[in-house]
Amino acid sequence: MGANTAIELKNVTKVFGSIVANKDVNLTVNRGEILSILGENGSGKTTLMNILSGIYFPDHGQILINGEEVVIRSPKDAFSYGIGMIHQHFKLVDVFSATENIVLGLEEENFNIRRSAEKIKKISEQYGFEIDPNKKIYEMSVSEKQTVEIIKVLYRGADILILDEPTAVLTPQETQKLFTVLRRMREDGKSIIIITHKLHEVLSLSDRVSVLRKGEYIGTVNTAETNESELTEMMVGKKVSLNIRRNDPVDPQDRLVIKGLTCISRDGVKQLDNVSFTARSGEILGIAGIAGSGQRELLEAVAGLQKIDEGSIVYNNPKTGGQDDLRNKTPMQIRDLGVRLSFVPEDRLGMGLVANMDIIDNVMLRSYRRGKTAFLERKPPRNLAERIIHELEVVTPSATTPIRRLSGGNVQKVLVGREIASAPTVFMAAYPVRGLDINSSYLIYNLLNEQKSNGVAVIFVGEDLDILIDLCDRIAVLGSGRITGIVDARTTTKEEIGLLMTKHDGGEPNHG
Amino acid sequence: MIIAFIQRAIMQGIPLLFGSTGEIITEKSGNLNLGIPGVMYVGGICGVIGSFMYEQKATRFVPFLAVLIPLLCCLLGSLVMGLIYSVLTATLRANQNVTGLALTTFGVGFGNFFGGSLIKLVKSDMPSVVLTRTSNCFKATLPFADKLGAVGKLLFSYSALAYFAVIIALITAYLFKHTRVGLHLRAVGENPATADAAGISVTRYKYLATIIGSMIAGLGGLYYVMDYANGVWSNDGFGDRGWLAIALVIFAIWKPDFGIIGSFLFGGLFIVHNYIPNLTMSDQEIFKMTPYVVTILVLVFVSLRNRRENQPPASLGLPYFREER
Amino acid sequence: MAKTEKQKQEPLFHIVKRIIGIPTWQAWLIRIASVAAALLVCAVVTVMLTGENPLNVYKTMIEGAIGTERRIWNLMQNVAMLLCVSLAVTPAFRMRFWNIGAEGQVLIGGLATASCMILLGNRLPTPLLFVVMFAASLIAGAVWGLIPAFFKAQWNTNETLFTLMMNYIAIQIVSYFSYIWSNPKGSGAIGVINLNTQVGWLPTIGSQKYLLNILVVAALTVFMFIYLRFSKHGYEIAVVGESENTARYIGINVRRVIIRTMLFSGALCGLAGLLLVSGTDHTISRATAGGRGFTAIMVSWLAKFNPLYMILTSFILVFLQKGASEISTQFGLNDAFSEIITGIIIFFIIGSEFFINYSIRFRESKKGVQAK
Repeated sequence: MGANTAIELKNVTKVFGSIVANKDVNLTVNRGEILSILGENGSGKTTLMNILSGIYFPDHGQILINGEEVVIRSPKDAFSYGIGMIHQHFKLVDVFSATENIVLGLEEENFNIRRSAEKIKKISEQYGFEIDPNKKIYEMSVSEKQTVEIIKVLYRGADILILDEPTAVLTPQETQKLFTVLRRMREDGKSIIIITHKLHEVLSLSDRVSVLRKGEYIGTVNTAETNESELTEMMVGKKVSLNIRRNDPVDPQDRLVIKGLTCISRDGVKQLDNVSFTARSGEILGIAGIAGSGQRELLEAVAGLQKIDEGSIVYNNPKTGGQDDLRNKTPMQIRDLGVRLSFVPEDRLGMGLVANMDIIDNVMLRSYRRGKTAFLERKPPRNLAERIIHELEVVTPSATTPIRRLSGGNVQKVLVGREIASAPTVFMAAYPVRGLDINSSYLIYNLLNEQKSNGVAVIFVGEDLDILIDLCDRIAVLGSGRITGIVDARTTTKEEIGLLMTKHDGGEPNHG
Repeated sequence: MIIAFIQRAIMQGIPLLFGSTGEIITEKSGNLNLGIPGVMYVGGICGVIGSFMYEQKATRFVPFLAVLIPLLCCLLGSLVMGLIYSVLTATLRANQNVTGLALTTFGVGFGNFFGGSLIKLVKSDMPSVVLTRTSNCFKATLPFADKLGAVGKLLFSYSALAYFAVIIALITAYLFKHTRVGLHLRAVGENPATADAAGISVTRYKYLATIIGSMIAGLGGLYYVMDYANGVWSNDGFGDRGWLAIALVIFAIWKPDFGIIGSFLFGGLFIVHNYIPNLTMSDQEIFKMTPYVVTILVLVFVSLRNRRENQPPASLGLPYFREER
Repeated sequence: MAKTEKQKQEPLFHIVKRIIGIPTWQAWLIRIASVAAALLVCAVVTVMLTGENPLNVYKTMIEGAIGTERRIWNLMQNVAMLLCVSLAVTPAFRMRFWNIGAEGQVLIGGLATASCMILLGNRLPTPLLFVVMFAASLIAGAVWGLIPAFFKAQWNTNETLFTLMMNYIAIQIVSYFSYIWSNPKGSGAIGVINLNTQVGWLPTIGSQKYLLNILVVAALTVFMFIYLRFSKHGYEIAVVGESENTARYIGINVRRVIIRTMLFSGALCGLAGLLLVSGTDHTISRATAGGRGFTAIMVSWLAKFNPLYMILTSFILVFLQKGASEISTQFGLNDAFSEIITGIIIFFIIGSEFFINYSIRFRESKKGVQAK
């Protein structure tokens, strides 16, 4: 490559255990350009960038900076080469001011907060940031915090900036502001790598796009010479047939009717925005979407764990024939209504299970209140635990083994097994096969199908589009907290869903 | 009488000030050292041992050495205490509460044991060790203080160590606000993961803060024996002042400069019953309760107002372990 | 060039949290080894201070603890009382609520007992007096536990510091009443209450005045073991302690559990106060709790919050205290010696937990991992 090349990666490979996160990735970044790295969840984008910023060390391959081979062993090394990364999760001290956070850890210059604040103001003016150097982090909006992170990197003199999904937490207006700043940096000769999966952003911002899929490098195209559908195809690939059994729904009835559901986070961000859909009995409803588009909030709102600002969740009780509104009810109240709701949360060990308790006690979580006495009845859960271990082939020394000693797949079997055991009428599962091997995954799909044929309304939040298309009956697509479309899984294509996932309806201009 | 009261209150407050400044430094690093009462006992008794040895062995009594030796002994003893706490909590990741309480048990025992042994050695009729000569060196004040009237008495009648306590508190407050070390230390106590990511050695800061904090707290024990108690060590004489110092940390909402005023106030509350006429013995006991009640009120008020600047360091009491990636 | 200067050595070793955990027997081996090492250090210290033969020292220690029948009873009474307070604080600890205010909760419970004995001793028939005493001490302890719990549940006020302060308020209140009810007047000490009538004294079983306390605590141990292990409350406490998120997910009201548990914990501390005042001391002073509130925290923690192990840990600590105090009398040291010994042993035991929970991996000497 020419003298204009800032970074070059050659055959970079990184393996975690049995999972290949990056395989022979080649990439070049030029000076004064914005390069987008596009890919689905789990395509290895973040791993690759963590290698550049010194958090991971590659197993194979070379990194060249300005034409010279380098070894990056720590974030400090990365900084010495002028590479700075802005992570998705900010690393800031809440009670410190912007300036204090920006100079934290710097040893080089004399310590003078006021002079540093001046320097920060100068940087802000140069690129058009709006920031008060003396404002405390806890008083800041998410976008201000992000600005602090970016300035932190610039303050240290970085020429190469890596931004990991910077717009995931921003409003459209804030996104536009950020893009203006990034363009100004490009003009200043800086190289910018932006990790994203929002196609319109890729098209409006970047000069070139590199696409990763399942850890592999697919290719790089000039933005000017491509379009949404080509990028989508590069990103999601051709459809693979998986041979998952799918029966037609039997006598589907509206079980859960959700209307206008809106949840606003403490920062004032709309995590769910006017979401409406219906989950029917005997049917698997898939929820597709980029991670963090409101999936967690949606399921937790139904389960009574999330404050709801607007809208209704109506449960049609098959036993009584009555209708119950589940809005802003606690999990206990929902259960007392006779609603049999099962929920496999995304955070298995932090929410669904207790890592330090054994299988029996974990199975008992749902049923421990049974019985009139003040004492626990461990016999039924023990039997249930034994049954789950036997039927779902959980690999464990015994039913009294603490959950934390089990492997990921076995942990999930216990969780799903427990949730199924309460004979639910609504069954919600968030990423139930994440981190599981193929066999365990298929076991979970079969369990979902079994629930479906029992007349349960199943809601399945997934990330692999092939699976969603093969397993579900209908798929609702979430994009930035909104339903961007509900499609029939039997007729849809990956491209259609991919476009819906990255679609950004509403007044925001597509090109800036 | 008012002046005498304020003087006594300040003298009563100085050991608390040493203790709380030390504990604030420690807590700013995220370590809740409940061993401070023990540390202060050890600081006191080590000073006593040093000066006892010197008074016994020295053929010629040099005031400078009479101060220096106990001072060094005190610092060394409290350094070791801080080191024990740091090794157990920062390196071996033991529970901070349990470690701190064990350290207090150990320290109070250490103080009373060697105190008791010395008392036995001198075979005095009173259950105490008297080190008047050393104490006089510690108590040396500015010669002109008496002549300056009321104001002079209020401001200039204390020993060097008392001024030292105030100076340390002011320096600490300055360090926290205006220096890199202070910024890094606060970052460690607030959010060790962020500090770690910024290249700050969390373990080193925790060790240094805890050890330096202990050494400062230890001086409180020394001041108490040599100045406040006129060089008289009696077992359990130091009482619960260590816990009061921890209370003072809360009262001062983790700000050493507030601690100065707070310590004088606590000192005043501690002895005010002696200055109110016609108090019965029982009423005096109620008065001694006030510092603790006030502390609880501050604690509750701070959590109610929920102002971020006034909260305890966010990672206080929690161990930090960077998970292997 | 940049490459060679940037290549850094991996650290000599790094520390890894054990996920799988080590077999129970190995864990116990580590603990026993740590106690052995601690005893060795203690012996060295003792020998240095006394110049005695270490075997002699240990012999004295054992004699001091269990040398005579009276000493055995005394030891058992002390174990029982320490165990009682430890049991009381355990439910809160399992919930990760750092109640270090047991000292105050015990004292306030004891004060309630003492005030019943003093004020109502001659007015109520004995059975009724016991009922009132019992209720008063439990309620007093419970209230002392409730106050910090309420603020914790409502506004997340730091419970460690709050409960710590509550101790000294209790101590001062006891001091206050020590003057109010002092006997002889003005002495500042209450003296034995109802010395002649023995009204409000817990009955002695046979000729053993400690037996009743020991039996009550034994029953309490079994009860607490069952409560924590087999009751719905105990289960909720464990879930809240392990993960508040999970607790919410399954519909546990976390605030209610915190308050309920601290009420219970405080009430049991009150009961300990009752046993101390009415069962053995027959008086109250600021020293009635005797630091048990603090030692109990270590007992409970060392036993991993398991009531049955707590019998062992409280026994070890009391044994050491009694043994060390015998050493001090025999060899002319002073009483505080036992606290030094206790401190050293606890340092070793809590330090040893590290080797149970973490493993140390030394640097592998393979160079192949470096980039070529």
